[in-house]
Parts: sequence; structure tokens; C-alpha cells
Amino acid sequence: MAEIANVDLHVDLLGKRLAGPVIAASGTFGFGPEYAGIEDLSLLGGISGKGLTLYGQPGNSGERLYETPAGLMNSIGLQNPGVDHFIAHELPAMKALGTTVWANLGGHTVEENVEGVEKLCAAGIDFLELNISCPNVKQGGLAFGIRAADAAGVVGAVRKVCTVPLIVKLSPQAENLPDMCRAVEAAGADGLSLCNTFQACAVDIERRRPVFANTFAGLSGPAVRPIALRMVWQAVGAVSIPVIGLGGILTGRDALEFIMAGAAAVQVGTANFLDPQACVRITREIADWMQGHGVQDLAEIRGCARG
Amino acid sequence: MSATNCKVRVLAQDTVAPDIRRLTVAWGEQRPEFAPHAGQFFMLRAWGAAETPVLSRPISIHEVRGPEGALVFLYQVKGEGTQKLAALRPGDILSLTGPCGNGFDAAAAAAKGRVAVVGGGIGVAPLLQLCKELAAAGRKPELYVGFRDEPYALEAFLPYCAAISVATDSGAAGYHGLVTGILHPEEFDLVLTCGPNVMMQGVYKLCAEKGVPCLASLERKMACGLGACLGCTCHTKVGPKTVCQDGPVFPAEEVFDLG
Repeated sequence: MAEIANVDLHVDLLGKRLAGPVIAASGTFGFGPEYAGIEDLSLLGGISGKGLTLYGQPGNSGERLYETPAGLMNSIGLQNPGVDHFIAHELPAMKALGTTVWANLGGHTVEENVEGVEKLCAAGIDFLELNISCPNVKQGGLAFGIRAADAAGVVGAVRKVCTVPLIVKLSPQAENLPDMCRAVEAAGADGLSLCNTFQACAVDIERRRPVFANTFAGLSGPAVRPIALRMVWQAVGAVSIPVIGLGGILTGRDALEFIMAGAAAVQVGTANFLDPQACVRITREIADWMQGHGVQDLAEIRGCARG
Repeated sequence: MSATNCKVRVLAQDTVAPDIRRLTVAWGEQRPEFAPHAGQFFMLRAWGAAETPVLSRPISIHEVRGPEGALVFLYQVKGEGTQKLAALRPGDILSLTGPCGNGFDAAAAAAKGRVAVVGGGIGVAPLLQLCKELAAAGRKPELYVGFRDEPYALEAFLPYCAAISVATDSGAAGYHGLVTGILHPEEFDLVLTCGPNVMMQGVYKLCAEKGVPCLASLERKMACGLGACLGCTCHTKVGPKTVCQDGPVFPAEEVFDLG
């Protein structure tokens, strides 16, 4: 962190050292090399790669993007090349970016998740982010993210084979978020990340049909931030494992809100589209605020808003 | 690594037709790995990250000018994003991300033999730089362009084309009808096209009937422009491809049907 002086931005997370508190969120950053010409990726806390499934899938047809006044709806449908292709063709370049590698995996079944986790851990990753929260695939994905018992089942099975820190990415659609957090922790998760996108809908009034082929799509961006922050606050209160906060973070001040609510680190997603240098800019804005307020280490303010 | 992100200064904003503008910016980026070429595009943003529209706007490169490296964009003013671009005045600053996409390989195209370049409406935007690069490679193309009504932006093509043929829906200029009514692919070894999908589909059909290869440049809504978000995926006959990174230029037979 030679470029950002005078404050200590590093985060110790589950035995790994993150250079900074900002992690690029899954689905918005490819596997990382896409942004190598755009910002200094060594300043990031990590990169969570595009969501994988064991066998890969082509994703959804029809519209995939729709802008809202302060947000973005997407219906990508977990388009991905599959775990084997990722390991052979994407992971080596991702490992060379000088930041921690987060593999984001979602599966249609418990067995697919287990097999994918085994392969990813054997290939060498820093964190496994288990996605039980994608709203855009009909099977799996969100199916595990609604009821606490379903989530605990898949997390427990994955836990047995996961040899790296296991972060479970939660959905705001969970029936009861604190119960969900506690169930996932009890099933063996090392950490939580939330929120994935909020299920939303748009209608094309000229076509008189939903904009998206699946009718519903996931809403992200600044529009969801205060709700995501409330959910992160609840999650931090419900568990004793680290919580990674995300949802509409666009500035350093936004990120500091999540950290003061108790988040161990943050992820930045949609902001990468609004500003391709968002992750590094937000990191610098956090540092500037810390310098201006005499804060040397994020640990001094983490969770401070909880009193 | 192919794209960068930087702030650039507006040099000129010209009205080309009632809803068509030509925006010229100083392209300060001199590193060779970021040298733009025909068929590539940039993500343009003349408003803050917290302002609407949420997404930046993908606009193709109309022309790369001279050693000073000015970049020219030709675009149609349609919605909030392009209205904000149209409000830019000389000296204003905007954000560019790019160059994005594969673009046309003019040297390879020129090596094929006789080249026809076919555009429709604002689809002519990326074709100027293409004709320029083809001419530089020793192969001035024949340009076929279709417009709804009055043609625009064609003077700039004159030095780089062996011939220019115009078709208009209204009959305002040239042939009264579709551009596919004046194109004879059998006279060429390669056809390169950009325009409305229905036009490119028609061009591809003509080419396929005569066995002439055809490359088409597609347009999609995009969020990142970098191949990262998969918001612009085109389900081609050889699998899902990103229009922003794998494209926007594709072999026409991979993205269009004959039916």
C-alpha cells in the first residue's frame, strides 16, 4: 500500500491478509484481468470472480440489463464457462493480479456444489464464496437462499470438503435474515457476504410485457444501499463470524457506513460500471477520511456505530 | 489488458444532421497497447457516477485523427445519455473507457481482395475509420449506405472510397429503396457491414446466396464494456459471446439466420 500513505488499510480476514477493505463483487469484474489496464488491482482486498457453476451455462436469453433511477436490474442467469474451464483458463491469470482470489460458486444441487468446491480448493484459491442467492436462475441459486434449513444443508455439505475460508453469500430474499445468518454460521460458514441483488420487476409498456424473459430480475446499485446496510447490520448482530457488506456502495463514505455497522470488509459491484476505477477510488476515499479524522486502522472504527 | 479509463477534453461538437452530432475529443493516451482501431468503441460518460443515466454509453470510433490522436465520435441523440453527450462544449471533460472490442482487422480484410462496406443510418459511424484503414492498406472499398431520408456524414468518406452508392427509404437521394437493392455481393470478395439488424440480416442473406464472406458489427446495451458483466451476451451459433469484448464484429453466419 505504498501509494496510500499514513493509514493502515489492510484487513486480516480469516487468516488471509487483504491489502485493503474493498473487494470487487462477483459478476461485475469478470475474473479481474478485464480491469488490469484500468486501475491498480494490488490495492484491492480481493476479486470475487464471475459466479461459476460446476458445468457452466449459457445464461439467460432476452434483455439482461435495465437501468432504474439509481440502480441497475440484471438478468444474466449465471452465464459462466464452468469450474474446469475456469481452473484451466481463468484462474492462472487471476492469481497473477496481486490480490486475493475469491471463487464464487453456485450450484443446482448439493452434489454439484460439493464437487465444484473440491475442484476449486484443489486448484488453489484464497476464498470460496458460496452463492446461494442468485435470483436469476430457476433452479438452485436462490432456492438454497430462502429457507434457513435449505441453506444449512448445502453449507454443511460444502463445509466438509472446503479447505479454504468459506464465505456464504446471502440473498435479501431470505425468509428471516437473522435466522438465515445463524443457520449458515452453525452449519460451518467462516464468514458471510451480503446482499446479493434484490428481486425486482420492470414492464415494457410498449410491448405490454415484462422487460425480462424471467419476469423478475435482480436490482443493485445505490437504490438498494440503505436496505442492504440494514441487513448487514442485522447480520453482524446475529453472528460472530466476519460479515462482508455489499449493496450499492459508490463512495468511500458509503463503505465507511458498512464498516461502522460492523462489516469486516466491503464489496463493490455496480459502481464498477458507473466508474471503472471505483474500487481504487473508494479505497482512496476511505483513506482520506481516515487521515482527516485521525484514524490509523480500520479496527478503530469497525462496528463503532453499534455503540 | 486492452482498455484504459481516462478523462479527456472536448475539442469540438458539431451538428451533422438534426439528430446527429460529431464529438471530437483529445485522446491523450499515447501508449501503443491502447491504440484504437476501426470497429472498436469507447464507453462515454459526461456525468458523475451518482448521476443518471446509471450506465455509460458505448459509442463507436468514427475516426482517429492524425498524430495528435484526436478521437471522433458520430452519434444519434436519442435518450438521456446521448442528450448529455450532445450538451458537451469545447473544453468540457468527459470520461472514456476503452478502446473496447475486437473491431475490424483492416489489413486482413484488404488482403482478401475487393471489399464492400455497407452501412445503414447511424451504423455508418464506425465505417469511416474502417474505410480509412482499408485505404491505408491499399484497398479502397466501395461504400453502400442506406438512410431513411437525407444522407449525412458522407463527405468525409470520399478520399477513402473507390465509389459511394446511396439508397434512401424516402427517395430523398440516390436509389429509392433499401441498400440491399443496390448491393451485388458477387462483385466482391468480402462484405463488411454495420447498421440496423434487419439490414445486416438482409446483407448477410445476399452474401450467403453468392458465397461471399460477411462480417457484421452488432450493437447491444452494455454495462461494463470490458467483457466483465456479460450483460451484452449474444447467443451465437458457436456459443455465447460478449458483444463488447468478443465482438462487436462477428462473422455474419454466426449471428444471423438465413430464414
